[in-house]
Amino acid sequence: MAEKMDLQSTEVWDGNYAAAQALRQAQVDVVAAYPITPSTPIVENYGNFVANGYVDGEFVMVESEHAAMSGCVGAAAAGGRVATATSSQGFALMVEVLYQASGMRLPIVLTVVNRALASPLNVRGDHGDMYLGRDSGWIQLDAFNAQEAYDLTLMAFKIGEDINVRLPVMVHQDGFITSHTAQNIHPLSDDEAYAFVGDYKPVDEMLDFSRPVTYGAQTEEDWHFEHKAKQHRALMDSYVVIDRVFEEFEKKTGRKYKRLETYMMEDAEVAIVALGTTVETAILAAKQLREEEGIKAGIVAPRTFRPFPFNEIREALAGLKCVAAMDRSCPMGAMGALYNEVNGALASIPADQRPLMTNFIYGLGGRDFSVKEAKRIFREQKGHADVGYITTPIQQFSGLRGPKLGFYEVKRS
Amino acid sequence: MAITSVKNLKEFSTANERFEGAHLLCPGCAHSMIVRELMNATDDNLVIATNTGCLEVSTAVYPYTSWDTSWIHIGFENAATAASGAEAMYKARKRKGTLKDPDAPVKFVAFGGDGSTYDIGFQWLSGAVERGHDFTYICLDNENYANTGGQRSSATPVGAHTSTAQAGRVSYGKKQKKKDMVAIMAAHGAPYVAQLAPNKWKSMAKGFQKALETEGPCFINTVSACTTEWKFDPKDTIHITDLATDSLMFPIYEIINGRELNILYRPKNVIPVEEYLAAQGRYKHLFKPENRHVIEQIQKDVDEFWEYLQRREEAKV
Repeated sequence: MAEKMDLQSTEVWDGNYAAAQALRQAQVDVVAAYPITPSTPIVENYGNFVANGYVDGEFVMVESEHAAMSGCVGAAAAGGRVATATSSQGFALMVEVLYQASGMRLPIVLTVVNRALASPLNVRGDHGDMYLGRDSGWIQLDAFNAQEAYDLTLMAFKIGEDINVRLPVMVHQDGFITSHTAQNIHPLSDDEAYAFVGDYKPVDEMLDFSRPVTYGAQTEEDWHFEHKAKQHRALMDSYVVIDRVFEEFEKKTGRKYKRLETYMMEDAEVAIVALGTTVETAILAAKQLREEEGIKAGIVAPRTFRPFPFNEIREALAGLKCVAAMDRSCPMGAMGALYNEVNGALASIPADQRPLMTNFIYGLGGRDFSVKEAKRIFREQKGHADVGYITTPIQQFSGLRGPKLGFYEVKRS
Repeated sequence: MAITSVKNLKEFSTANERFEGAHLLCPGCAHSMIVRELMNATDDNLVIATNTGCLEVSTAVYPYTSWDTSWIHIGFENAATAASGAEAMYKARKRKGTLKDPDAPVKFVAFGGDGSTYDIGFQWLSGAVERGHDFTYICLDNENYANTGGQRSSATPVGAHTSTAQAGRVSYGKKQKKKDMVAIMAAHGAPYVAQLAPNKWKSMAKGFQKALETEGPCFINTVSACTTEWKFDPKDTIHITDLATDSLMFPIYEIINGRELNILYRPKNVIPVEEYLAAQGRYKHLFKPENRHVIEQIQKDVDEFWEYLQRREEAKV
């Protein structure tokens, strides 16, 4: 039996340690992993738990991230709880197997510490890797701080392993800002945490030889479409279980999570839609603007990047005057993904309730995003709202050095 | 009943059947012979991982499967890793007491073609063997990317025509030598490594049993004659394989713990490689006068390698 760890009601952990502790408390059967900055400490901390008897499961240090996810798939098909961690290039190397894991409906938990994608090589945080995973068929939960990284990692097992979901789950946190910044964390005790996650219930396991299973079959135009449609449906319908697990977690801890987090939206006229640590920056900015300048600013933040909270976005933003979608990933030849998806949700509401929408590309490669800049963006949205049209290019680059960069102007009649 | 004592072909043919005959492999493909022999070599439960390739696309086309045992395919390169993940899960669950049938013996096996073994999955295989997982990796070596229409692999021998190393007016086919995968795997320190052939079915069955019984990662390269890309009549698969082993193009041997080499088959009459080459369309161009030198070179290489194997066996290294 794995030894238990005595935790204080308040611990000082960074995001990486918080994620590693959640993996330990879930008593994962197999962790197959390959270290990469900035998620390396998750793997190292877990290795420390293994070396000191706090983990009963197997810890397989493979030779690449592709192999890490491959090992996770083989292990998950053999009927137990599986998890790993990665970032950036490691995530990119895993991508082939991410699709295979979700296609086989294996509830693996992947803790992703978001980092920019090369080239140029960069170890700092942006959402390039997170966006790369958005069509991979995984549930994507987004933590804005270390406490949430801990909470969401525990919940990820319960969500993904639910018989009505059976999908792999990513838990995202921002590289360095969350992963390497120590904060006060309120963990559950080992017993409470495990009781919340529950025992793993094997489904179609390869180690039950009374009922042989074939994983990873071939389908062509005859069946591939039906399989993918069912998989999409499972991901679309997973919100029911996600909501339930969020509720159960709230009952246990008092910490409330929603698929779309909203802050100060009750009377908001302008809003920022963002992911990750930027959400907390924007909250600070909005509070100050409300006090100092009377700008009714609010924030809307998808907690589940996948399944995308389409209806909730529509409800939260209908009637607003102007909304800025913040993309921390370079879209390369298009509008930002968050802009497009939020705009897609808003397209089905009546035109008179549809806010103006702008897009900011920001924070690439770990470029700081300040409260001051968030306030400037809110003010700019207020300016658009006041005159009734977008006075700047629709897509702008925030925090870029050199001449301003922007795309697509609104033609005024 | 599996082959517990390998005596005759009749016994083999009536052995335990966990690989169903209904599959889409070409008539005359040696893959199914090798796979059946592996599965018949043990009564233990089997978890089988298979790389993308001929075997995989021909045996698990939804909603059908030829595998009457646990089977998984992920991608082109990672069957060894899938097997190692499953093996790790088995160990974890055995320790925690969550297995349905904790006392039943389980063996983990991975299959790959030469494309996925010698080339695209090389790193994954190396990693899994280095980590020491208790599994057996079997390469079905047909010396080309047969599933995609016969492109070169690093297992393709010198002089063979493939669609990406073609014989033509100014080319005699593949220029580079075949990679010595058996030596590479032996150099990993794997406890049991062998090269086996389905025409020598007794030594193959025994080699499979040895690998399955050996704790730790084992590697077996098997010659799998490819009727489609080697270009011979489907009824001649075993005949061609006889020519391969009797010409010593495919010597049959094992290496134990990377240190002890044993030759498992010594042809009574070694035939010239020319006989083996002449029986296959992929070498047809070598018999043009301007390419005869390639045949001479192949013969020289084969002689030297056989000499090398014998010296190692004699010296017990």
